[in-house]
Amino acid sequence: MAQLLKDAQIIDNHWTRVDTDSDSLPAGDIVVHHATWQQRHAELCDHQGAVGVWFDGNEEIENFVDTIINVPLIAINFPKFVDGRGFSVARLLRERYGYTGELRAIGHFLRDQLFLLQRCGFNAFQFDHDIDLEQAAKSLTDFTDSYQVAVDQPQPLFKRR
Amino acid sequence: MYKYDQYDQQIVDERVAQYRDQTQRFLAGDISEEEFLPLRLQNGLYVQRLAPMLRIAVPYGLLSSRQLRKLAHISRQYDKGYVHFTTRQNIQLNWPQLEEVPDILAELASVEMHAIQTSGNCIRNTTTDQYAGVAVDEIEDPRPWCEIIRQWSTVHPEFAFLPRKFKIALCGSEQDRAAFLLHDIGIQLVTNDQGEAGFQVFVGGGLGRTPVIASLIRKFLPKQHLLTYLDAILRVYNRYGNRDNKYKARIKILIKAWTAEVFAERVEAEWAHLKDGPATLTEHEINRVKAFFTLPNYQSIDSDKANRKLQQTAAENKAFSRWLDRNTQLQKQTGYRSVSLSLKPAGVAPGDVTDRQLEIIADLADRFSFGELRSTHNQNIVLTDVVVTDLYELWSTAKDAGLATPNIGTINDMICCPGGDYCSLANAKSIPVAEAIQRKFDDLDYVYDLGDLELNISGCMNACGHHHIGHIGILGVDKKGEEWYQIQIGGSASKNAALAKVLGPSLSRDAVTDSIEKLLDVYVENRQHEETFLATYQRIGIDKFKERVYGATA
Repeated sequence: MAQLLKDAQIIDNHWTRVDTDSDSLPAGDIVVHHATWQQRHAELCDHQGAVGVWFDGNEEIENFVDTIINVPLIAINFPKFVDGRGFSVARLLRERYGYTGELRAIGHFLRDQLFLLQRCGFNAFQFDHDIDLEQAAKSLTDFTDSYQVAVDQPQPLFKRR
Repeated sequence: MYKYDQYDQQIVDERVAQYRDQTQRFLAGDISEEEFLPLRLQNGLYVQRLAPMLRIAVPYGLLSSRQLRKLAHISRQYDKGYVHFTTRQNIQLNWPQLEEVPDILAELASVEMHAIQTSGNCIRNTTTDQYAGVAVDEIEDPRPWCEIIRQWSTVHPEFAFLPRKFKIALCGSEQDRAAFLLHDIGIQLVTNDQGEAGFQVFVGGGLGRTPVIASLIRKFLPKQHLLTYLDAILRVYNRYGNRDNKYKARIKILIKAWTAEVFAERVEAEWAHLKDGPATLTEHEINRVKAFFTLPNYQSIDSDKANRKLQQTAAENKAFSRWLDRNTQLQKQTGYRSVSLSLKPAGVAPGDVTDRQLEIIADLADRFSFGELRSTHNQNIVLTDVVVTDLYELWSTAKDAGLATPNIGTINDMICCPGGDYCSLANAKSIPVAEAIQRKFDDLDYVYDLGDLELNISGCMNACGHHHIGHIGILGVDKKGEEWYQIQIGGSASKNAALAKVLGPSLSRDAVTDSIEKLLDVYVENRQHEETFLATYQRIGIDKFKERVYGATA
């Protein structure tokens, strides 16, 4: 079973991501695209196992955020590691819409982005490439403190120095 | 100037450690070229035509003599003994080794400097007026606000992977000396009817392939809201800016697509959520930062007497007198002047300074300028707060060091990118063009008679040499593998910013200087009274200039 980082720990991934074009739903805990979540809502409510939702960082989440805010897992997909939209969307989910479940980065991102991703509210990181998770976890603490307000530190440095 | 506390120092030190680790992993093959690219760029490192280039941040152009000495040391130890001042007030090393960059960054950190976000698709160094704090027409010192923006933008968690690079400039005076309308965000310090300080906010300016003058999106932003409003602009841009085509990715393209009105509405809607939030500036913080930019300990000077003495010295020495006219500026503090050290003697790439010159400048700053100096977007150095009776002594030392060419604001004070000699993006060389112009126009009386004239040279359409906003702009173009030059005229970086118009078909390098001479002839023949080149152009239009260069049939 593939592993990932969650809350700075290495854990086994027990969620299965469901492709957008897949008709059948696998057993167990699944992560479905937000469009699937809207379209097959009744069916998904009857699913034996937990259901999470994934989408790309370019989504206009304002249009559907109400329907996903209580799911146990939201995964934001990074199509390319230089696509920074997921950083903004993550903050919106946490800071504006009060999402408290697992917020997972999926797709192509780098260990060198972990510190910033975590600041924006991600607490789980599922890499799309082979990586030494123990080494990668070190990047979560690249900096001891930061100037800006973010999810991990709601007060700016200028109010704390 | 701003002094780091333990938090500032820790952030910069940890950034060095982070980048050292990244460099080691890259060299070990654990990070691919593609993945290392934005990491090294955001630490200032480009890979250029001949060698890597490291761009060092000079926040809002302010440097101390101690920092300059460190830069001299770095240029000797890790490079070829010279540095280059850029059009965004930063400093570039042209020959560092990739493996040694972490060591260079550690040396910089030891004097409160860094190269963070000097490149890459992130928020870059905030620029401002080189006469901040001393300008006669100043509304408020812009530097505390620039420092507040520096801290907010440094390692910003949300905006490190923007669609494209993002540049902010701030203007605190009546006259614009920061070209702020040609930045992604241009901020003008203003006072409202109630006497409260705040900002006018312009967005979407920029040069490059599609030059645009910024649009006003907020007439008055109370000062405490600066950072939340910037967060709102950046968030809208980060989410909706074009990421499919790098040539369509700057914020100006988004604003063009949406219109400035719609963009302003989207920003206001986002800001409504952030306004008055925890990032709202406090009086305590504003005052904390302002306290670092207090005035130096001015002596009370009998300025009438001092000026009489100065005029007498000038009357006796023509070379000094010329320099005094062209290279010094009045300050709001009587008895003091600001001095521009020209980094553009003929035969030297504009903006280049040797290690020894850096040390001499540091000494001059210590002797005459309270130990501080400023880099300018025109690629010169300014020493402020010089007692007028010290000017002669300063000039003598500067002259011996090759730093007193009396050409500030003249045709020979050109802005010039590194061009094809160094840059891998360039279509054509720019430094030899600058040198040919300086050699051609070496008669100072003629040059002074031409008066204020901005000549800007870029080696490609990325416009690092700001050719669109030169009174005369020269753009290097590639024509079937050969280097050609397009001439543009009528640009201006002032508050009435204007983009230059293309004069006609591009020319060979040999024809450039002669054509410039023809343009100047048209100006001299047509000018009225004290009119500048730009004013004459604005009055008579482009046709006469065009005819002279290309003949009547062109």
